[in-house]
Amino acid sequence: MKLVTAVIQPHRLDDVKAALEAAGIRGMTVSEASGYGRQRGHTEVYRGAEYTVDLVPKVRVEVLVESEAAGTVADVVVQAAQTGKIGDGKVWIVPVEDVVRVRTGEHGAGAL
Amino acid sequence: MELDSGNAAWMLTSASLVLLMTPGLALFYGGMSRAKSVLNMMMMSFGAMGVIGVVYVLWGWSMSYGTQSVAGIFNNPFESFGLAGALLDGDGNYVLNGFNYPVAIDVAFQVTFAIITTALISGAIAERVKFSAWMIFAGIWVTLAYFPMAHMVWGGGLLSGSENSLAAAIFGTTDGAANVAPLDFAGGTVVHINAGVAGLVLALIIGKRKGFGKIPMRPHNLTLTMLGAGLLWFGWFGFNAGSAFAADGVAGLAWVNTTAATAAAILGWLVVEKIRDGHATSLGAASGIVAGLVAITPAAGALNPVGSIVLGVIAGVTCAFAVGLKYKLGFDDSLDVVGVHLVGGLVGTVLIGFLSTGGSVFFREDGSFGFGGLDQLWIQILIALAAVVFSGIVTAVIGFAIKATIGWRVPEDVESAGIDLAEHGESAYEGISAGRIATEVK
Repeated sequence: MKLVTAVIQPHRLDDVKAALEAAGIRGMTVSEASGYGRQRGHTEVYRGAEYTVDLVPKVRVEVLVESEAAGTVADVVVQAAQTGKIGDGKVWIVPVEDVVRVRTGEHGAGAL
Repeated sequence: MELDSGNAAWMLTSASLVLLMTPGLALFYGGMSRAKSVLNMMMMSFGAMGVIGVVYVLWGWSMSYGTQSVAGIFNNPFESFGLAGALLDGDGNYVLNGFNYPVAIDVAFQVTFAIITTALISGAIAERVKFSAWMIFAGIWVTLAYFPMAHMVWGGGLLSGSENSLAAAIFGTTDGAANVAPLDFAGGTVVHINAGVAGLVLALIIGKRKGFGKIPMRPHNLTLTMLGAGLLWFGWFGFNAGSAFAADGVAGLAWVNTTAATAAAILGWLVVEKIRDGHATSLGAASGIVAGLVAITPAAGALNPVGSIVLGVIAGVTCAFAVGLKYKLGFDDSLDVVGVHLVGGLVGTVLIGFLSTGGSVFFREDGSFGFGGLDQLWIQILIALAAVVFSGIVTAVIGFAIKATIGWRVPEDVESAGIDLAEHGESAYEGISAGRIATEVK
């Protein structure tokens, strides 16, 4: 099993969610995040005082999948999240040792 | 004398309008503070309503207005302590003032001024002061700085146009009044210079917020600030048009001048921002509103409407630049009480000497355009300086006394975590990131 984590532009979330659902993904975890990569922050000016806002709002999407599906899921996310501009985010895949469904206590792939 | 119910109705309305300005100010300031200290910021305004509403009834009115002036600086606080003898005459009838409405309504109108003036100061010392220290300061400051200023300027004291005033000593008198009287229609000196200087002095005594100039201290909710600015403008009609003390032409002129100057100040501030920073901001519009209102306050009855536009533009532009001074000079006047109220108050008070239609640099005494002399300008500069010096000294004494006794500041960890929770046991919002990221809800 793998964990696919995507940090994306907040305004792409709806499309990413729809694309994942269309690809047969039945669950995900979405959380608000803030950070920066090459995009860096932006500046805001209040009463003439300039502020650099380093951490820009992002959305983190996490999906647990069977190992062989991970590559496809990552591709689906990239396709749906891409605008071609700096700040589009990143997707990464990490191995997961075990998953337990809390309601039933099932382990492994059955818990996905 | 017979009751003028028109005047009475308008003055009751005005008093109510001015009272609304303080909650408006709380919103204006609250939006500009950080999310973790918005409640404390607003409570400084509401706290001032509590303290001064009581103090004014007990000795505030008596110290401001009466017949037992002490050296033209303040009136005997015990002459009508608790308003005893001030409201009713010997026969149990309500005493009327010179505008034929009851003195009781005058008290109502004036208490609202004392409240808003004190509340204005709080913006200079936002997010770092113990609530108890602020409440004690409010009661002492209004007593030692505000009531005397009100007496000196409006109560027939040293800075008025009475026969015992400085103006009378300089320009001589005719029929018991100074030949050239200083003009402060609704409180350029008493309210704005007074509060602005107090803000500056306290910001210096209390010191900067932890991280000032290093970490971002952005306004957390500019929608509150804009709503507050709107309420201030609305309430200011009571402040300025009410200062005609009658439902008459002067009140109408003051209303028009107030709006003309304020509108012009918005434009002035936004043009500066657009050219200097690249954007016309909402905070700039809200700030321009207040800068214009402040500057027209002393002048609302003395200018014509076009003169008011000129004054408003100058105020908007000047204040837009003045708010940057604190970074250069290194004091943390958090919400720009100095840049807006002190500078705006000075601009308004001094520009009367150029723009008054009753004789000034640009208008003759008959109101026609032309050189009308420098006397008005000199006396305006004099009362402005007197207000700066008086407020500065009195505030410094009170500020240092509080610093040496109960102390001003909350502990550093409280300041970092947010003053709301420690001082008031509350927080304004659930979760600091709530609402930061918008996703479409389907």
